[in-house]
Amino acid sequence: MSRFAFYLLVGLLMLIGVGLTAYRHISFDVPWVPGAQQKVWDIEAQVAFTATGGPVKASLALPENQKGYSVLTENTASSGFGLSYLDDLPGRRAEWSIREAAGSQLLYYTVTMLESDNATPAAIKRLPAPQEVSWERPYDTAAAQVIDQARERSADSFTFARELIKQFDNQRQGENARLLLTQFERPELMLRLLNEAGVSARLVSGLSLEDGRRRQTVSSWLQVFAETPQGNEAVDIDAADGEEINTDWVLINPETGKQGEPDNLLLWEGRGAPMLEVEGGVNSRVSFSMIRHNEPAAVAVRNKLANDELLNFSIHSLPLEEQALFKTILLIPIGALVVVLLRVLVGLKTSGTFMPVLIALAFIQTSLVTGLIGFLLIVATGLVIRSYLSRLNLLLVARVSVVIITVIAIISIFSVLAYRFGLNAGLTITFFPMIILSWTVERMSILWEEEGPKEVLKQGGGSLLTAVLAYLAMNNPWVRHLTFNFLGLQLVLMAFILLLGNYTGYRLLELRRFKPLTED
Amino acid sequence: MLSSWLNRWSRNWTMPGALRARGVVGMNRRNIGYISKYNDRRLYPLVDDKLQTKLLCQKYGLASPEMIGKVASQFEVERVVDMVRDHAGFVIKPAKGSGGKGILVIEHHDGEEYVKPSGARITRADMERHVSNILSGLYSLGGSPDVALVEGLISFDQAFAEFTYEGVPDIRVIVFKGYPVMAMMRLSTAASDGKANLHQGAVGVGLDIGSGWAVRGVQYDRPQFAHPDTGHDIFSLKVPQWDTLLELAAGCYEMTGLGYLGTDMVLDRRHGPMLLELNARPGLAIQMANGEGLRKRLELIERQPDGVPVAERVAFARKHFSRSKEDVANVGMAPIAD
Repeated sequence: MSRFAFYLLVGLLMLIGVGLTAYRHISFDVPWVPGAQQKVWDIEAQVAFTATGGPVKASLALPENQKGYSVLTENTASSGFGLSYLDDLPGRRAEWSIREAAGSQLLYYTVTMLESDNATPAAIKRLPAPQEVSWERPYDTAAAQVIDQARERSADSFTFARELIKQFDNQRQGENARLLLTQFERPELMLRLLNEAGVSARLVSGLSLEDGRRRQTVSSWLQVFAETPQGNEAVDIDAADGEEINTDWVLINPETGKQGEPDNLLLWEGRGAPMLEVEGGVNSRVSFSMIRHNEPAAVAVRNKLANDELLNFSIHSLPLEEQALFKTILLIPIGALVVVLLRVLVGLKTSGTFMPVLIALAFIQTSLVTGLIGFLLIVATGLVIRSYLSRLNLLLVARVSVVIITVIAIISIFSVLAYRFGLNAGLTITFFPMIILSWTVERMSILWEEEGPKEVLKQGGGSLLTAVLAYLAMNNPWVRHLTFNFLGLQLVLMAFILLLGNYTGYRLLELRRFKPLTED
Repeated sequence: MLSSWLNRWSRNWTMPGALRARGVVGMNRRNIGYISKYNDRRLYPLVDDKLQTKLLCQKYGLASPEMIGKVASQFEVERVVDMVRDHAGFVIKPAKGSGGKGILVIEHHDGEEYVKPSGARITRADMERHVSNILSGLYSLGGSPDVALVEGLISFDQAFAEFTYEGVPDIRVIVFKGYPVMAMMRLSTAASDGKANLHQGAVGVGLDIGSGWAVRGVQYDRPQFAHPDTGHDIFSLKVPQWDTLLELAAGCYEMTGLGYLGTDMVLDRRHGPMLLELNARPGLAIQMANGEGLRKRLELIERQPDGVPVAERVAFARKHFSRSKEDVANVGMAPIAD
């Protein structure tokens, strides 16, 4: 191929890339820098169920303004279904309906939530009254004893709830607690016990917001109420309907008993009503995908209007689940560029060409320090075990498989140990791609046997250095902002990598390697 | 402080301009300017698969080590013992291996215990596991399934006895468009564990294309004047049968069609020069061993016409790439003026 055609291609890619990028900046006001904008979450709920052939009515709880978050816009997608928003108690809901449907159905609801400190939550108009609960024979005494014990050790509703949950702590479960757990689900059991004790409480559904997550589900949280002192006069709960009351509530994790609202928890359903109700369908479930932008709130709204324009080369027009996936995928070319730079310009040795990029992707999930420590621990332990395996005289495929299983075992053990010592960071090392780790262990062990530990350090160190640099480049908020918002930049990257592939000059490390040649 | 740092820097590092002036070919230029330009990918299997190279050698009548047999499937692994029974020494190597990986050399054996050149003994089971690993593709490029070759041991020329430690010294000649352009000998050392790979600590000795005399020695990319284990002076090294060796190397161009080629050869005591293996991506350490960049020689060859017979190519190379006229005279060729 002639060089002219090559440079023409590179020039064209540059031109189109820069053009698209500039166009997006000018006509859609997408800012160049992540800067001081508000954080906006796009959250997509996907309702799936199998319709049984008759009329269908599906009702999904919708999020409301609350502490830390306010609703910006919402959309639904549901072909053939009628839709209405219901705003009566308890809480806001979307209701889809259709006369006749069969087979699997997918309904979408998308909401844009603005992360803001001054959002005003909807006022609580009345406390949920403690429900009458009935207990079967052996369980009633157990429940009564658990309640009595908690009541002795507590001062008010909040401390009572905390003491109650403490009795169901995995390590300190008493006989009564164990008996009750055989019959009831933990969150529901807590609610029953609180109601039995006359404490106002309800189960709500919370969604942990994390950028780029897909197929998330909601978790159950206990909301425990107590009236604040001034509210003491207006106690008649039913009569108080429509009037605001003075109340305070805390959120308790029914699994751990931890009190307080964790960061990034969005209460999707905050009224104690079910998340999803489907009539005329089976196997119904709801899952969530979410993504975070750093855009001015106004632009986020305008983007919605520009969705259907052909020239808007934006992945914002994709369903959220795909967007979350792309947010990561679009970073891979950045990692590839780092690898190309380090190999072609510097001459760094790595084991496996793009393995460092995959390790860097894992670092993004685990955070750098945890990732590095985890990687080193796993590979080192793996090498020790692998050196034993080499004495067993096994076929290669079997040996690599054993290494994979060993790596999984090591990861499990480290995760459990980390959890026992209270290090949550240890749990995230499960994000490492198993196959990559196993192959690394296998390659390094062969390298060790044949070329000695020095070469292992050289190649392993080169890989890790490349991975760390790739991680730093990929995890940079500017890079994340630019790659996600300006697809045209991918073409510019490609042009740049093409040019690097044409570089015939010396590598940096060759200036050292060939130094003796310039001496005599 | 700054000046001492600068001082240290300039002792270990050089500038691109200095390398360019010396005609040093770097990795990137080698990949783009020579390998991908002159080596048709289609031809790679001829050299990447040593079994194919071997068959080619037989077809073109080029000398190569005796082939005892091959093992192509796991159930044949046990046959290796019978295969080598009547051979005192032998070599097992992966057909698609690279960089000398996975080569097992056995000097002698008694059917149960096998002795490596280092004196280390391995059992029959160890040897069979090695063959099994080769078949699984442990040493092959990309991990593809492989074939294990069993070859006769080379009894290397006594001329080199003083220059090697536990291994067979081999001669690497870079052949460009059929012209031998640069040569070196690789001497195994204790540091390289008897292996002939420079990055593992073997000594590289640059050889004069005109005469086969040593011109310079390096170990770990730094000058070396004597073999580190035997203490023998490197400059007393001269490769015998140099002309035959160059013709063998140059002939590989017709055999494979590859324009930029590394040929690895050995001198056998009885059979003379033999082709061990070929490399379509030869390394650049040969420049260190010769104290000279490849670029000027390669550019001279690029200007030569195609279709020149082997003998003429060798004569051309000996005339133009010779270090000193005296050396050429020593091997019985009239010095030719440039």
